[in-house]
Amino acid sequence: MASKKEEIENRKLILPGEEIISSIDYLPGRNCFREGNSIYSKKLGIIHVTNRVISVIPLSGAYIPKAGDMVIGEVSDIQSNGWIIDIKAGHDAYLPLSGVREFIDTNKTDLSRVYAVGDVIYAKINSASGDSIQLSMQDTRARKFVSGRLAKISSAKVPRLIGKEGSMIKLVKDRCKCRINVGQNGLIWFEGEDEEKAIKIFKMTEEEAQKDGLTDKISKI
Amino acid sequence: MKRLKNRKANDFRTITLEVGVVPNADGSAKFGFGKTIAIAAVYGPRKVYPKWKQRSDRALLNCVYSMVPFSTTDRCRPGPSRRSTEIGKVITDALAPAIFLEEYPKSVIDVYIDVIQADSGTRTAALNAASMALADAGISMRGLVASIAAGKIGKEYALDLEGKEEDASACDIPVAYMPTNKKITLLQMDGDLPVKDVVNIINLNIKACEKIYEKQRQALKARWDK
Repeated sequence: MASKKEEIENRKLILPGEEIISSIDYLPGRNCFREGNSIYSKKLGIIHVTNRVISVIPLSGAYIPKAGDMVIGEVSDIQSNGWIIDIKAGHDAYLPLSGVREFIDTNKTDLSRVYAVGDVIYAKINSASGDSIQLSMQDTRARKFVSGRLAKISSAKVPRLIGKEGSMIKLVKDRCKCRINVGQNGLIWFEGEDEEKAIKIFKMTEEEAQKDGLTDKISKI
Repeated sequence: MKRLKNRKANDFRTITLEVGVVPNADGSAKFGFGKTIAIAAVYGPRKVYPKWKQRSDRALLNCVYSMVPFSTTDRCRPGPSRRSTEIGKVITDALAPAIFLEEYPKSVIDVYIDVIQADSGTRTAALNAASMALADAGISMRGLVASIAAGKIGKEYALDLEGKEEDASACDIPVAYMPTNKKITLLQMDGDLPVKDVVNIINLNIKACEKIYEKQRQALKARWDK
């Protein structure tokens, strides 16, 4: 077992349909599938092995919502008992009244006084299956943005911007003296002293996400 | 018999590939067989309009093929035609088995393919570009699709006919092939041929598809492996 593990090259670039390993000792994880004895990749991405589970981290593509993700979205419509939020994914998300922290009596309060059309919020994805994406504000990080600026990068590059345990985003915050909230869907909210520098860094991450030495480059800016 | 530009029976034209040519799209690619050039852009998975078209168990694949007006020597009228609608459908059917459509219910994956220069073999070039663009767009796939056509000129087989050769050939057989699981996803035939010749030409095509697949892989890796 231990010797076989070395056969898989971690962080290797893989294309859809390419065989990762021919072994029944491993389990196919995210973006992988098994056919016969072999495990194949479903997407263009990087191989990632944790214990015996093989997964592929995609390098490109539209955002696929996942439960537990924090996302940034814009209120696009108000319904009788909730809000429609545009989270720049394939489908609109829905924030029900039950997902808001405080109690709201729909008979007495106009929902647009809580979140109006055009408001930008930082919310958690409660559940996501197919076209139904449910949001929730019941998280300490969730909030409405009242000022600041928004930027958009490819959602596949968000993990690079955040870095290992948030090391990269910490560096960016330090460099730009900005407060930054990154949504897993690729939208970034930021506000602070050097916003132009922040934009520069986001652009650089977008263009050079897969290159080595990005951290050095950013710390030099 | 000598072919144009001294090509052998199993030589294809110079292949040009590029990934990521349309920055606005989720994924894009350019593919050329000699003078034939096709550009494909992928958008989605996204919402389906009109809504009655959506399927609750899987995604729709919508491939739109078109030739730009300046792609041929006589101006080609823009807009959908009988021919382009048909090729769009054929490409959709050839790509659908390669995609995990069931992973994206109630969505549509739009693939827009434009042929910017036509010199025969446009549907195969379009398919190759579309397959690379889908991979670039991060769509779940069983594998890439490679495609090429071959025919018979006089008594000899000839791979990847160019415009002038196609006029002289008795038939033209385009094939799309998935090298990863060894399956044919498109098989068409123009003209008339004995069964033996058809089988030989299909085998010739499959061998060429494997070479094209190798080039597609290299192009995709070159774009991302830095």
